[in-house]
Amino acid sequence: MAKVELQQVRKVYPGGLEAVKGVSLAVPDGAFCVLVGPSGCGKSTLLRMVAGLEMITEGEIRIGDLRVNEREPAERDIAMVFQNYALYPHMSVYDNMAYGLRNRGTPRAEVDRRVREVAKILEIADYLDRKPRALSGGQRQRVAMGRAIVRQPKAFLFDEPLSNLDAKLRVSMRVEIRKLQRDFATTSLYVTHDQLEAMTLADMLVVMNAGQVEQIGPPLDVYQKPATTFVAAFIGAPPMNLLALRPAEAASLLAGAPLPIPAEGAILGVRPEHMVLNPAGTGPAPGLRLEIGVVAAELVGSESFVYGRTDRGAEIIVRVPGHDVPAPGARAVATAAREHLHLFSHDGSHRLVE
Amino acid sequence: MVENKPWLTALAHLTLIVGVAIVVFPVWIAFVASTRTGSELITGVVPLTPGPHLIENYSRVLGEGLSTGGMPPIGGMMFNSLVMALVIAGGKIAISLLSAFAIVYFRFPLRLVAFWMIFLTLMLPVEVRIVPTFQVIADLGMLNSYTGLTVPLIASATATFLFRQVFMTIPDELAEAARVDGAGPMKFFRDILIPLSRTNMAALFVILFIYGWNQYLWPLLVTTDAGYYTVVMGIQRMVQAGDDEPIWEMIMATTILAMLPPVIVVLLMQKLFVKGLVETEK
Repeated sequence: MAKVELQQVRKVYPGGLEAVKGVSLAVPDGAFCVLVGPSGCGKSTLLRMVAGLEMITEGEIRIGDLRVNEREPAERDIAMVFQNYALYPHMSVYDNMAYGLRNRGTPRAEVDRRVREVAKILEIADYLDRKPRALSGGQRQRVAMGRAIVRQPKAFLFDEPLSNLDAKLRVSMRVEIRKLQRDFATTSLYVTHDQLEAMTLADMLVVMNAGQVEQIGPPLDVYQKPATTFVAAFIGAPPMNLLALRPAEAASLLAGAPLPIPAEGAILGVRPEHMVLNPAGTGPAPGLRLEIGVVAAELVGSESFVYGRTDRGAEIIVRVPGHDVPAPGARAVATAAREHLHLFSHDGSHRLVE
Repeated sequence: MVENKPWLTALAHLTLIVGVAIVVFPVWIAFVASTRTGSELITGVVPLTPGPHLIENYSRVLGEGLSTGGMPPIGGMMFNSLVMALVIAGGKIAISLLSAFAIVYFRFPLRLVAFWMIFLTLMLPVEVRIVPTFQVIADLGMLNSYTGLTVPLIASATATFLFRQVFMTIPDELAEAARVDGAGPMKFFRDILIPLSRTNMAALFVILFIYGWNQYLWPLLVTTDAGYYTVVMGIQRMVQAGDDEPIWEMIMATTILAMLPPVIVVLLMQKLFVKGLVETEK
């Protein structure tokens, strides 16, 4: 167990592509850190650099106060869980789990003890003699986890481990991974593109975009106070509504809720779940008031999402409890209270109001 | 394609039976000839049923050889063929496994050049380069030796290419998982690549064993000492022995015996062989 620190880590591929543009990050001992971002944002590359599978172009990675830049993956004392599990197909589950320990010269009795213990925790003790191909996806996932756990490494690295599972299994494995990580209190880095997975698993959420960190913080903080419009749109489903705003328009849209709109304009953000849909003709209310034309509605069951368009062409999503939604083509008024409004700079690079 | 009509089944069987008969008939004739005496065979009418001299002919071929033709007993030649086939098959597999491993998993200067050089040798079978190869072997003093018989035939572009394809189907994550698990390159090769390509190795072994066993031209060139004759070239020598009539019953007995080892290899490794040729799942 150890903390993992990254200092100004950069990765430039031989072709000149800069995949990671100077990322600094400190994961405290025992924390569950989730790297989330769209595909191609450099999150996997970053994880693979921590693992030692990619060379570090610049910067420094430290695992437990030890600089690991020049070390082979095996010498870094980390364990990795791969997206497609990467189990050795010709080895039994037992051998898969024991392989790393044996390579380190762990005594046979110790290997046996640890493998059986972990297999019991993961409920795969009955499958120890089977080959991976005789297991289901979820069982393979457990074996892959077991292979990481038996090593008792300083850190676990997960590279989208749940994306090959079906939706139902994904949820149960997610809960299980979280529980295991708490039990073992091992520092973990977890890469995913699924914001729901990121929100539910993380102690510490790192949102990445185009090789850079957009925001670091506890999941709820990131949700409540997104630092940039990218984070605002990425975290939360459906994404936050974002409206470009000129100072002149502020007065008509924001009745009784004066917001300091700079001269160059700003971007106003409000989450669909914080908006209320009122019948057309509803009068002014304190906060945001938008007249929209309903375009479509999605009925999810317990709630519905109404897609609308303002007269200026901005798309707005409003969450409506239940399934009583206006028909497409109808007019409506969407409102939101002052405390739910987010204001970003006109280029979306930072927040204007806390 | 699955139809259940009796006449179709009958037709299918008929076709297969005719095919088998065409393939097996010469072998049967050879077997019949090996059980008769020479005088019965040169009358012009080829008998179609086995004669009574089976044990006599075979024990003579195995035991004494043909003194008139200058032929040693066949046992020694069979042994030479076996050594040659095994060394060629084993050597080819070992070398091509290693070169495919290097080409697929290592980034070294001129890697692609090396690969294409190997690939180009596909176009140069033994027969094409036989004169320079013979010169080299002769200059190195390897005529009449097992080394001379086998070494020039060991390098194999085909097998290297095959293993390259096999290795490329193995996911990169497996190599990465092995690295994280602390396996160095050779350990990865031994613990993971070799077990995963086992069936391909078996399939290749069968093909290469038969290739080595059936070599004719090369042993004919590099061996002048009867102690290093292989059985396939031995048959040819028996046919041409001296001015006498060829001793057909002996020649045919030798032929039948020469066919046995490849047949045994195919039968023993059939299951793995088929698996290696059709298996795609890794």
